[in-house]
Amino acid sequence: MQRSMAYERHLNLEATELRLGLPGSDEAPEKTSAIPSVRSNKRASPEISEESRSKGSSSLSSDVENCEGETAPPAKEQIVGWPPIRSYRKNCLQPRKNDRVDGAGMYVKVSVDGAPYLRKIDLKVYKSYPELLEALEDMFKLTIGEYSEKEGYNGSDFAPTYEDKDGDWMLVGDVPWDMFISTCKRLRIMRGSSEARGFGC
Amino acid sequence: MSEDDDRSPSPNSITDDSSQTRTYTTGSGPGPGPGSSSVLEYLAPCPDQVLENVLENVLWFLTSRKDRNAASLVCRSWYRVEALTRSDLFIGNCYAVSPKRATSRFTRIRSVTLKGRPRFADFNLMPPNWGAHLAPWVSAMALTYPWLEKVHLKRMSVTDDDLALLAESFSGFKELVLVCCDGFGTSGLAIVASRCRQLKVLDLIESEVSDDDVDWISYFPDTGTCLESLIFDCVECPIDFDALERLVANSPSLKKLRLNRHVSMGQLHRLMVQAPRLTHLGTGSFSPSEDVAQEHLKPIISNCHKLQIFWVLDSICDEGLQAVAATCKELRELRVFPFEAREDIEGPVSEVGLQAVSEGCRKLQSILYFCQRMTNAAVVAMSKNCPDLVVFRLCIMGRHRPDHVTGEPMDEGFGAIVMNCKKLTRLAVSGLLTDRAFAYIGKYGKIVRTLSVAFAGDSDMGLKYVLEGCPRLQKLEIRDSPFGDAALLSGLHHYYNMRFLWMSACNLSNQGCQQIAQALPRLVVEVIKHEDNLDMDENVDTLYMYRSLEGPRDDVPRFVSIL
Repeated sequence: MQRSMAYERHLNLEATELRLGLPGSDEAPEKTSAIPSVRSNKRASPEISEESRSKGSSSLSSDVENCEGETAPPAKEQIVGWPPIRSYRKNCLQPRKNDRVDGAGMYVKVSVDGAPYLRKIDLKVYKSYPELLEALEDMFKLTIGEYSEKEGYNGSDFAPTYEDKDGDWMLVGDVPWDMFISTCKRLRIMRGSSEARGFGC
Repeated sequence: MSEDDDRSPSPNSITDDSSQTRTYTTGSGPGPGPGSSSVLEYLAPCPDQVLENVLENVLWFLTSRKDRNAASLVCRSWYRVEALTRSDLFIGNCYAVSPKRATSRFTRIRSVTLKGRPRFADFNLMPPNWGAHLAPWVSAMALTYPWLEKVHLKRMSVTDDDLALLAESFSGFKELVLVCCDGFGTSGLAIVASRCRQLKVLDLIESEVSDDDVDWISYFPDTGTCLESLIFDCVECPIDFDALERLVANSPSLKKLRLNRHVSMGQLHRLMVQAPRLTHLGTGSFSPSEDVAQEHLKPIISNCHKLQIFWVLDSICDEGLQAVAATCKELRELRVFPFEAREDIEGPVSEVGLQAVSEGCRKLQSILYFCQRMTNAAVVAMSKNCPDLVVFRLCIMGRHRPDHVTGEPMDEGFGAIVMNCKKLTRLAVSGLLTDRAFAYIGKYGKIVRTLSVAFAGDSDMGLKYVLEGCPRLQKLEIRDSPFGDAALLSGLHHYYNMRFLWMSACNLSNQGCQQIAQALPRLVVEVIKHEDNLDMDENVDTLYMYRSLEGPRDDVPRFVSIL
């Protein structure tokens, strides 16, 4: 008996208690995400799967008794994908956020010389230059080559450049990453060695 | 056999339109397998040949997919001829068959429908980049279907490059419909607009379209278009209204136009005045600042006696639905969406609205109803008043909510639906449900094909009832319900008859899923881990399994393991 009680304490029964609210719904709401408008797989609360597991394995009748006669459930946090409304439809109804500028993302246009269309990427997604360059190479199916301070980008025809806050065009990689992130307004992948090399000198 | 037997076919002979010059080996003897016309010979028409020609001319008229599938099973000859006369290719799961296999069998396709991701992916239950890429399909079709006219896609990942290839490869391309797709942007649309000179239909429905800062509307040719339908309410980017006006003026055949919310009411009015031939005009949604209040809606509704399809927000309230019930006697399809998709609020529609609709709209065939509270009585009433129901989807948004008057589970209501609605093929359940509800479904839901379950059931028995009782079941999606391995195993006899099974946040283990995979080699069993939980523990977050001729796909992302 002693051991089982200690085990129960260890189990943190409150977290798996059978009730209509989410386990942990008493806790601060920062655990959950709001109605996701961007396709994100971050679960609002992993406890929901525990709840259904514990419901399945424990006694059924007590579960039903808990549910019947229950008055309005406590304020619930949002669960991923519930109610089943597509985010497109939800977005129509929420006031439109300007997602270009706020913390949700940092989108900049990327153009490639010779390519018929622009792309937009979210700089916030990348943590370093190598990551960014790899993504650009992937997106546009080209090779950018190795960066060197003196010579710019060796080994290919392409050089990534960006326009900063002052309107100047710089070679990607010249400034520390954090500074780059905060000053980059748009990207242009230039083609043609001499023009691109001109940045390196 | 003549000495011409071994002559290999020229590529043109397979896709040659005129049946007189095409010949086949007869079905007897050690010939090539069904579907392959690898040995062609010129013979004077013999009785078998005549029969095949006749068959071909007859089979052209067969349009129903089911009939064609049946016809193709009669014998090799019918299989071959059916393959040659099929013009609409429907692939319900893009991973069930490879592009190569499909394009080898059916060589004269004019229209392709492809479906990719499972439906629950729309609700963020699947990590992005799971798959369903159009690329391999469009590459294969570019080679084999130069006369392709229509492409309909649902839940596929489409890139701008794919759209470019499509626009370049099919000179007679007429119709592009993208439903719940993503991966492309306005640049891709621009390419389609400018290259597809025969384009009649460009319908973008609930798709995610990235803003590449391209004024794609202006890429339609100035000289005039064949457009009959243009739907882009889901494209979230602003458009140049002048370009749109010019396009409408240049498109004498345009009947359907659905714009996005960047077009104001005033601009909409201008278009209406300039293009009176339009039969469908709208924005696809209301922006909050211009919403139509309930009191404005009621007088409009009272005049819509012929309304058959009605999609509305729940801000219409129960009273609005009562007005619908009083007036819209011809209503076939009703969808009531929640203005606020949350669980813990009062809610403007309830069993009152449902009951009213059931009493007034007796011809109802399809209903999707989001609400906060419901009673068994109203659902039972609908089951009795609307015998023509084919689709019944009720979403009580509060999870595990019982009948709010009696406190009972919603078992009896849904039970009545499956019992009384003899034509029901699609069902979505919600609210507090015990295994009993599933017993009803298994007992009475004999023609149910699609079933959607969330936060329901008590034990494995629930799922067992359904798997053992519903022989027509093809698509089953379940989330957050206490069904485990034993229940999963009870469906072994049926999984090859299904398009797919989805189970997320249930009680499945890797072991149970392994057993299925081993027992059914033609089933692809995907275990999807959520990205923040990539360790291989015993519990299965999400199971998605489907029959396939191809085995494990080769574009599996790292969060998916195929057992």
